[in-house]
Amino acid sequence: MAASANARLRLETVKLTALFGQHRAVRDVSLLFPANTVTAIIGPSGCGKSTMLRCLNRMHELTPGASVDGQVLLDDVNIYARDVNPVELRRRIGMVFQRPTPFPTMSIYENVAAGLKVNGRKPRPEVDDAVSQALQQAALWDEVKDRLHTSALDLSGGQQQRLCIARAVAPAPEILLLDEPTASLDPAGTQRIEELCHALKRLYTIVIVTHNMQQAARVSDYTAFMYLGSLIEVGKTNELFTKPKVEQTEAYITGRFG
Amino acid sequence: MTGQSLRRHIMSRAMTALVVLFSFLAVLALILILGNLIIKGASSIDWAFFTRSPVAAGQTGGGVANAIVGSVLIVSLAALIGVPIGVGAGMYLAEYGSGRLGFLVRFIADVLNGTPSIVIGIVGWTFIVKPTGRFSALAGSVALAMLMIPMIARTTEEMVRLVPNSLREAALALGYARWRTSLKIVARTALGGIVTGCLVGIARIAGETAPLLFTALGNLNFTTNLSQPMQTLSLQIYVYATGPYDEWHRLAWASALVLMGLVLIISLVARWVTRQRYGSVR
Repeated sequence: MAASANARLRLETVKLTALFGQHRAVRDVSLLFPANTVTAIIGPSGCGKSTMLRCLNRMHELTPGASVDGQVLLDDVNIYARDVNPVELRRRIGMVFQRPTPFPTMSIYENVAAGLKVNGRKPRPEVDDAVSQALQQAALWDEVKDRLHTSALDLSGGQQQRLCIARAVAPAPEILLLDEPTASLDPAGTQRIEELCHALKRLYTIVIVTHNMQQAARVSDYTAFMYLGSLIEVGKTNELFTKPKVEQTEAYITGRFG
Repeated sequence: MTGQSLRRHIMSRAMTALVVLFSFLAVLALILILGNLIIKGASSIDWAFFTRSPVAAGQTGGGVANAIVGSVLIVSLAALIGVPIGVGAGMYLAEYGSGRLGFLVRFIADVLNGTPSIVIGIVGWTFIVKPTGRFSALAGSVALAMLMIPMIARTTEEMVRLVPNSLREAALALGYARWRTSLKIVARTALGGIVTGCLVGIARIAGETAPLLFTALGNLNFTTNLSQPMQTLSLQIYVYATGPYDEWHRLAWASALVLMGLVLIISLVARWVTRQRYGSVR
């Protein structure tokens, strides 16, 4: 695979706080996501890891009553600055959710092409290329190349999730956000997605939220541990899991709470 | 069998029988209507019935071509006006109508839904017939559209609300603007249900008489001029059934059968449309 064009890309949060009404779901989190790496965010349910992720592409603010304080810097530009258009921003950042969300009225092909058309019409051959490339990146091409124009709902759960990854990467985003992407998959499906993380980090900067520590240990280069909305510890994955610096982290990864 | 279990057993049987009886009564109305119409009306339906206009009172022969064409024209025009407004309002209510304006629109739609259709007819007369100085098919269509808009708006809203929020989020995360998400993802997913709602609304207004009495008025001659009074099947039935001639009564039965058939066909199409779509709500 080709070397990434975004090797110098920087994604960073500075004192990021996310609120639902008065409740602070994420508190003062400052975190750097190095380019072309996989960063895992772990922590017990309700620790704010999904909310944190949704702040990175401005999805959090779509919830009624939700708001954000602090900054998220993408190449040193605060994405919450007044002149940043959230709709255009989201085109630079792909996102995959817990449950597969193929668009039910669209074929496999149309699903993958869905994100390509938002920037205006493109010539057919160009779209064809992007679709097949995205499906190859998501390791789904061989399974669907003969039935691109059938319903996306006929695919298995694991295939649907890889379709969603293909849909997210088709517009060539710079960052890929994965929100517990294997939560609804069986072990085989989970393994395929994890292999994908390894392959895709050459092209994208990946942030993955997971409640599964083994998964974090397997797929990520860096791991951030969050608890009650605060960032407790962040470090290289092998260091964080073998010699955590903070007592709470150790308690969590050894299964004493959470 | 112990006394208690025997009691339960009898109770269960009795309740089942009761429910079956009620279901039968519910269906009985339709069977009686259809049976009666076929017995009294089918014999009067021939080629002339569909192709000729009424003849002078007291004479035999003639048909209701004017009423059939009139019904199709008036209902089509009403649908042309009512469907876009109704679907648009329903989309708004479901996707954006969480605030005060949404509440107000929803409330007004519900009130309008319960408004007697004769009142809608009077409104049509006041705002169109009176200012323009004449009864017209157009006024009839507007009155029928007023009747169908709240129905379609509310069913559309319900269908759109059934679309899971995860699909909206998926589209927004891809960089879809809000309007594009509503149109390309949400509306498309709910399309089957929306179309059904529209067809049911059209079937409902196809048989309406009261709103047309003061608007389209009726016309014993064949016309396709929308600015003139026009006949519909329902108006024809009203005039013929209340008239003094046996021939008229005969034609009224036949017209009722044709109208019923039209409504049945629309309902069947509505069923068929929903069954055809693989990936939509409902």
